[in-house]
Amino acid sequence: MAIFSVYVVNKAGGLIYQYDNYVPRAEAEKTFSYPLDLVLKIHDEKVVVSFGQRDGIRGIKFIVLADPRQSGIDSLLRKIYEIYSDFALKNPFYSLEMPIRCELFDQNLKGALEIAEKAANFGPGS
Amino acid sequence: MTVHNLYIFDRNGSCLHYGEWNRKKQAGISKEEEFKLMYGMLFSIRSFCSKMSPLDMKDGFLTFQTSKYKLHYYETATGVKIIMNTDLGVPNAKDILHQIYSTLYVEYIVKNPLCVLGEQLSSDLFSTRLDLYIRALPFFSPRAA
Repeated sequence: MAIFSVYVVNKAGGLIYQYDNYVPRAEAEKTFSYPLDLVLKIHDEKVVVSFGQRDGIRGIKFIVLADPRQSGIDSLLRKIYEIYSDFALKNPFYSLEMPIRCELFDQNLKGALEIAEKAANFGPGS
Repeated sequence: MTVHNLYIFDRNGSCLHYGEWNRKKQAGISKEEEFKLMYGMLFSIRSFCSKMSPLDMKDGFLTFQTSKYKLHYYETATGVKIIMNTDLGVPNAKDILHQIYSTLYVEYIVKNPLCVLGEQLSSDLFSTRLDLYIRALPFFSPRAA
């Protein structure tokens, strides 16, 4: 709800992962109360895999679309990068720059998004 | 907290005014190229934001920030764009940019019969007033951060 989408873009500019989470808010009047401008953060990463490959991978971009009220996006981006390195890069069946089709990546990503949303709700709410 | 520089563009992309206060690093390209780069980048970012937006956009693109600076953007209905680069401590500067437009640009340029809109602004009064206004901002400090 507060985090709308996550995209991962490879060095060549191709989209290798996409996760959308627009909760269709049926109440149309609620939409107006949203701050309607978005916070867009792009995080350029340099990744070196020491798993038998010699390639230094640069230029992976993580994009998170979220509500401007959402806090903790920096740590969320870091967490997404950790999940990426744990479940995509260390996966022997995943080749670099290819679309990410790893179940564990999806599951952990959704978990991290839920944690971030809950943390944001407790912060300003209480 | 400081203001680095300020650009004013018209609807065709020509730069009407550029002011610099605390710029530490030059771009390495000529001023003309820099203006074109800035205008093109903002045009693309605005288009990107409107396409990516999951909800209806009310205001559109307002600011972006990097680890070193924050860029604030304000556009009027006539296509005049005001861009201000500040350091990271500055919160939403939209009101300030709106003030610059309404109390400085409109007063000293639009109402000036000698100023041809669409060219580099040559009004000294405007430049000095803008300079004073920026220096009077609460988050402006003359020494570089």
